[in-house]
Amino acid sequence: MSGETPLEPAPRVRLCGLSKRFGAVQAVDRVDLELHAGEIHGLLGENGAGKSTLMCLLAGLYRPDAGHIELDRTVVSFRSPRDAMAASVGMVHQHFMLVPTLTVWENVLLGTRDRWLLRPARAIARVEQAAERLSLRVDARALVGDLGVGQQQRVEILRVLMQASPHDETQPIRVMILDEPTAVLSPDESVALFATLRALCQRGCAIVIISHKLDEVRQAARRISVMRRGRLVERFPRPAEVTTHQLAAAMVGEEISLELDRPASAPGEVLLRIRGLTVASSHTGRPAVRDLDLELRSGEILGLAGVAGNGQVELMEAIAGLRPMDGGTVELCGQDAATLSIRQRIALGLRYIPEDRMYTGTAPSLSVLENLVFRRYPDHGPWLRLQRYAPWCQQQIERLQIATSGPAQAARLLSGGNLQKVVLARELDRARVILALHPTRGLDVRATTQVRQLLLRARSEGATLESGVEHARGRARNRGATLERGVEHARGRARSGGAILLWSEDLEEVLALSDRVAVIKGGRIVYTAAHDEVELPTVGRWMTGGGAANAT
Amino acid sequence: MASPLTFVENLLAAGVERGTPLLFATVGELLAERSGVLNLGVEGMMLLGAASGVSVAHVTGSAALGLLAAMLAGAALSLVHGAISITLAADQVVCGLGLGFLGAGLASVVGADVVGVSGVPRLPAFDLALSGLPLLGPALFSQNLVVYLGFLLVPLCWFYIQRTSTGLRLRAVGENPTAADAQGIGVSATRYTHVALGGALAGLAGASLSLAITPGWADGMTSGQGWIAVGLVIFGGWDPLRSALGAYLFGAIRRLPLDLQGVQSLPLFRNPNLGYFLDMLPYVFTVLVLVLVKIGRVRRRLGPPASLGQPFVRGERGR
Amino acid sequence: MRLELRPRLHRSTRLTLAVSLASVTVALGLGGVLLWIAGVEPLAALRAIFSASLFGGAFALSDTTVKATPLLLCGLACLLAFRARLWNVGAEGQLLLGAWAATGVASFWLPPSLPAPLMLTLMGLAAIVAGGAWAGISGALRSYLGVSEIISSLMLVYIAQKLLNYFVFGPWSERGFPLTPPFPRSAWLPRLSDWADGCPALSGLTVHLGMVLALVVCLLMWLLVQRSVWGFELRILGDSPRAARYVGVPVERRMLVTMILSGALAGLAGMVEVAGVVHRLQDRFSPGYGFVGIAVAWLARLNPLGVVLGAFLFAALLVGAREVQPGGISIMLQGVVMLGVVAGDFVLRYRIQRREREAARG
Repeated sequence: MSGETPLEPAPRVRLCGLSKRFGAVQAVDRVDLELHAGEIHGLLGENGAGKSTLMCLLAGLYRPDAGHIELDRTVVSFRSPRDAMAASVGMVHQHFMLVPTLTVWENVLLGTRDRWLLRPARAIARVEQAAERLSLRVDARALVGDLGVGQQQRVEILRVLMQASPHDETQPIRVMILDEPTAVLSPDESVALFATLRALCQRGCAIVIISHKLDEVRQAARRISVMRRGRLVERFPRPAEVTTHQLAAAMVGEEISLELDRPASAPGEVLLRIRGLTVASSHTGRPAVRDLDLELRSGEILGLAGVAGNGQVELMEAIAGLRPMDGGTVELCGQDAATLSIRQRIALGLRYIPEDRMYTGTAPSLSVLENLVFRRYPDHGPWLRLQRYAPWCQQQIERLQIATSGPAQAARLLSGGNLQKVVLARELDRARVILALHPTRGLDVRATTQVRQLLLRARSEGATLESGVEHARGRARNRGATLERGVEHARGRARSGGAILLWSEDLEEVLALSDRVAVIKGGRIVYTAAHDEVELPTVGRWMTGGGAANAT
Repeated sequence: MASPLTFVENLLAAGVERGTPLLFATVGELLAERSGVLNLGVEGMMLLGAASGVSVAHVTGSAALGLLAAMLAGAALSLVHGAISITLAADQVVCGLGLGFLGAGLASVVGADVVGVSGVPRLPAFDLALSGLPLLGPALFSQNLVVYLGFLLVPLCWFYIQRTSTGLRLRAVGENPTAADAQGIGVSATRYTHVALGGALAGLAGASLSLAITPGWADGMTSGQGWIAVGLVIFGGWDPLRSALGAYLFGAIRRLPLDLQGVQSLPLFRNPNLGYFLDMLPYVFTVLVLVLVKIGRVRRRLGPPASLGQPFVRGERGR
Repeated sequence: MRLELRPRLHRSTRLTLAVSLASVTVALGLGGVLLWIAGVEPLAALRAIFSASLFGGAFALSDTTVKATPLLLCGLACLLAFRARLWNVGAEGQLLLGAWAATGVASFWLPPSLPAPLMLTLMGLAAIVAGGAWAGISGALRSYLGVSEIISSLMLVYIAQKLLNYFVFGPWSERGFPLTPPFPRSAWLPRLSDWADGCPALSGLTVHLGMVLALVVCLLMWLLVQRSVWGFELRILGDSPRAARYVGVPVERRMLVTMILSGALAGLAGMVEVAGVVHRLQDRFSPGYGFVGIAVAWLARLNPLGVVLGAFLFAALLVGAREVQPGGISIMLQGVVMLGVVAGDFVLRYRIQRREREAARG
C-alpha cells in the first residue's frame, strides 16, 4: 500500500524543461518532473496528453527538442533506446516488443550485443538465474507465442531488466517505465504485477506507471502527476487523500461527470437466444466456446466479464456470422441463425462493433461516407449513389462530433477515437441486437463517456422511429412490401429497446454499463449476477477460475 | 539400352545439377523473405546474372570474373528493389514485378553481343573422391564447381539463421520489426543486406546456368526457374534444408522429360509432341506442392515471416 | 534543418495525373541512362521508338492502335483483379487459352460458312469461357485453399504455353510449321483496310474492330467498378478483406468470380489478337501482352479510363521496339516505367516538410 514512506532526498531522475514536437503538435511542452528511487510514480493523462511521449524521451526513443535529463545528478543524453538501457533505464511498452516465433530466451537476449555464436544452453541458464533472482516465473524454453498475456508481460519485464543491467544484476535497474501495464491483465495478475514492482522498489528502483485506470493508480502509486496537452498540470504528493473524481478533473481540465445517466429500462422480448453453442478456436484444437447458454432481451445490456482468450471474440463472431458454429443453436429475433447469411442477420437488426476498428470495422482507404453506408447500401438496388446518403452522413458527423475534414476524407486518417465514432454511428443506427467489443478502447475520457451514453441510449430507445420509417420506404420501393406494413413494423421496433452484448477489458466499464453481468471462462458462462448484486471480488475470482468464495 | 540403375543414377546426377540454380535462387529469396521483403523479381535477376556472367567471361576470358560480375549485377538490381520497397515503403509485389521486367530487358541488352557466341569460358567441373559410389556417387561427387558451392551454401545458411546472433536478429526483423526496432536492431539495414544477398544469389543462380550447366546465353534461358524458386521458398517452409531438397527434386523433374525421351519403348518416342506435356511437369508440380503445403498441417514454425510483404515505417527515432 | 514525412491528407486527381506523368518521364529518362550505360545511344533510340509508333503518321498510329487493343483488354483484366487485391500475374496464360479456344472454334469446330457476326460472337464466347476457366483455377486455389495466385497463375502461363505448343506443332499444325491454317474469312475481325477499295486513304490501316470492342469493355468496366454496388464491394474487398466479410460480402466467392472475370477479359484479348491480326494461331503470337497488362493497369492507377492511355504508351514501346536493337530494350523500358510509377506512389502518400527548429533553452 502507498503508506507515507519518506522519499529519498535526492531525486534519481530529473526531467528539466523537456519539450518535443511532432509536426504541428507540441506533444511535450516544457515539462519538469522528478522521480525518486524506491517510489512508484503514477503518470496520468488522456490519450494524446503526452505521457507516453514524455517517457519515450526518458527511455531514449525520442530526442528532446529542448531541456535535459539528469540521472543521479549527471546530465545524460540518449541517442537511442540502447543508450538508455546502458544507463539502466528501461521501458515496458503497452504492446510488447516480443517476437512470438522465438523462444523466451531468444527474446530476452535479442537486444544484447552478445557474441556472434549463439549458445542456447548458456543463455537458458542465464535467463533462468536472472528470473529466479527477480522472482519472476518464466519458462526460458517456451515459445513466446504460446504464452498467455500475463506470462508474456513477465517475459517483457525480464527482458527489460536483463538488458538494462547485463553485468550488475544486484541492482536490477535504475528506472523502469511501464506503459499501461494492467490493460490486458486479470485482477489477480494485476496484483501479482504490483507485488513484483514493489519488490523492485525495495531494491532501489524508481518506477513510473503510465495508466488511465484512476483507481488502480491511486492505490498503487506513491505520487501522481497528471499531464494535459503536453504540460504537467497537477501533482498529487498524497494520493490516498485524493478521489478518482479529482484525478479525472485534473486530466480533463474541468469538472466532469463520470456518472452515467442510466434511464430505467424494462427488458422486453428475448432477441437473442443461445443454447449449447460450440465454436472452434482458430489456434488450438479445443473449442473456444463450449456448450454456452445465453439469453439477451431487448432493453438490456448483458456484460461479459472475462480475461481475454476465454471465447468472447469467438462467441461474438459466431453470432455475427463471421465464424461457423460447430454445435448448438443461435436464435436471432426468433429465427434460427444457422439459416441466415450475414446480410440477413444485418437486415434483422444485428450490429457488430468489432475489436479491430481499423481493418475489420472500417475499410481504411475508403472515405468516411463510404464507411458509414456499410449497413445501408444493400437496401437500394444494384447501382450505388453515394450522394443519397450524404445528408444522413453529415448528421452523424455532427451528432457524434466526429473530427474529420469531411465525408470524403479517407478513414485511415482519422484518429482512433474518431474512427470508433464512425463505427458507432453506423452500428447503432437501426440496431436491435448490438455486439460490442471494447467499444471505448483508445478513447479519451470525454469520448468514452459519450460512447457509453450512446450505448445506454441504444438500450432504451432502440431504433429511432424516423430511421425506421425511412428504412421501410426503401424496402417498399425495392421489394414491393407495402408501406403501411413497413411503418407498422418500424413502430414496433421503436417501442422495444435495443439489446446489447458487451465485452470490454475494462471491468469497471462492464460493471457500470451492464444490467446483467456474466462471467465467461473456458468458453462457457460460469456465473451471472444482476447489476445491483454484483461484487468485484466475486467476479474477479470467477474470472480467474477461483470459483465460489468458499471453494477450496 | 541403359539399365534402370544407370537411368536412376543419371537422373539423380542431372537432378542435383539442374537443381543447383534453383537452389541458389531459392536460398537467396528465402533470406530476403526472412527479413520481411518479398522479391518477385528473382527471374529478372537470374536472367541478368546469366547474361552478365557470359558477357564478362567472354570479355575477360575468366569464368570466375563472370561469376563475380553476375553476383554484383544481381545485388545491384536487388538494391533498386530495396530502395523502392524499403526506403520508399512502396508496394513490394508491383515493385518486384517491375524489376523482373527491368532485369529481363537489361539482360537482353547486356547479352546481345554474346548470343550464340562459342568458346565462352566455363566454370570447371571435377570429380571428388567418392565419385565411384553406385547410385549417389556421380550425383554428389562428380559435378561442376557451382554444385559443390551449393552443397556448402545450404548448411552454411542454416547455421547462419539458427545459430548466430545475426541470424537471430534476422528472424526478429522478419517476424516483428517493431520489436526489433525498439531493441536497437536496424530494420532497414537488415532488410537491405538480406535483399542484396538474395539478389547476389539470384545472379549466382543465373551464372551457374550460363557458365556451367547450360553454357551460353539465350534470351529467356531461365524459363521460369526464378518463379519456381519463389514457390520453393514456400514449399521449404522458409528453411534452407527443406528448400534444398525441393530444389533438387525439381531439378530432377525438369530433367525427367529429356531422359524419358531417350527411352525407346515409351510412346513419347513415337510422338515427340507429347514431350510438351512432360515439359509441363515442373510447373504442375509447383502448384501441387503449394496446394499440399496448404492442405497439410502448417504449424507456426512453417509459416511465412509475419511481416512479409509489409513495409516498415517507424516513428521518429533519437536522431 | 530536418526533413520529415507526413501522410498526405488529400490526393487530388490533378496531383495523381501530374505524378503519373512525371513518373513516366523520369522513368524514360532513367531508361535512357541505362541504355547509354549499355552502349546504346539513348536519344536516338527513344526518338526511333516514338516516331515509329506515335508520331509517324497514319501507319504508325494504326500499328500502335493494333498493339494497344490486346493491351487495353489485358490492362482491364489486371485492373479488375488488382482492385480485389488479387494479383493476376498469369493474364498471359489466360490470353493464350482464349486464343486457343477461339482457334479451335473457328478452324476446327464450326462450319466456315457461318455468318461472320455469329462466328465471331461464338469465338469470343469460347475465348471468354476458356480464359475465365483458366483464371478460375488460380482463383479457386486462392479462395478456398489460400494458395498464392501469383505463383499458381504464373505456372499456368507456362503450362498454357506448352499446351499451345503441342497443338500448334502437332495436331493443328499446317504442314509441320508452327502455325495453324488460316481462319475462314468469317472469322476475321473487320479492319479499316477492308474498305480500302472505296476509300483509298484506308489502305494499309490494320486497325480492327477489336479496338472498338475493347473501348466498350472499358466503359462497362468503369461503370461496374465505380458506379455499381458490386464494384463498391470489390473495392472494400481490395482494401480490407476482413471489412468485406464484416459487411457481408461472400469473400471467397467474390474473389473467385473476380478472377474468372479477369481471365475472361484476358481470354478475349487473345481472341481479338488472333482474329484481328494474324488470323491463325501461331507460335509466339503474343509478345507478352498479358504481362505488359500488369504494367498498364498499375500505370493507370487502377482507373479504367487511365488504362486507355497506359495501353497506348506501352503499345508505343512495343511498336517502337522493332526499330531498335536489341529487342530487350522495350521490356526494359516497361520495367523502368513500372518502377517509376511505383516509386512515384511515394509522393502521393507522403509530403516532405521542413521541421521548424525550436530555440534551445537552458
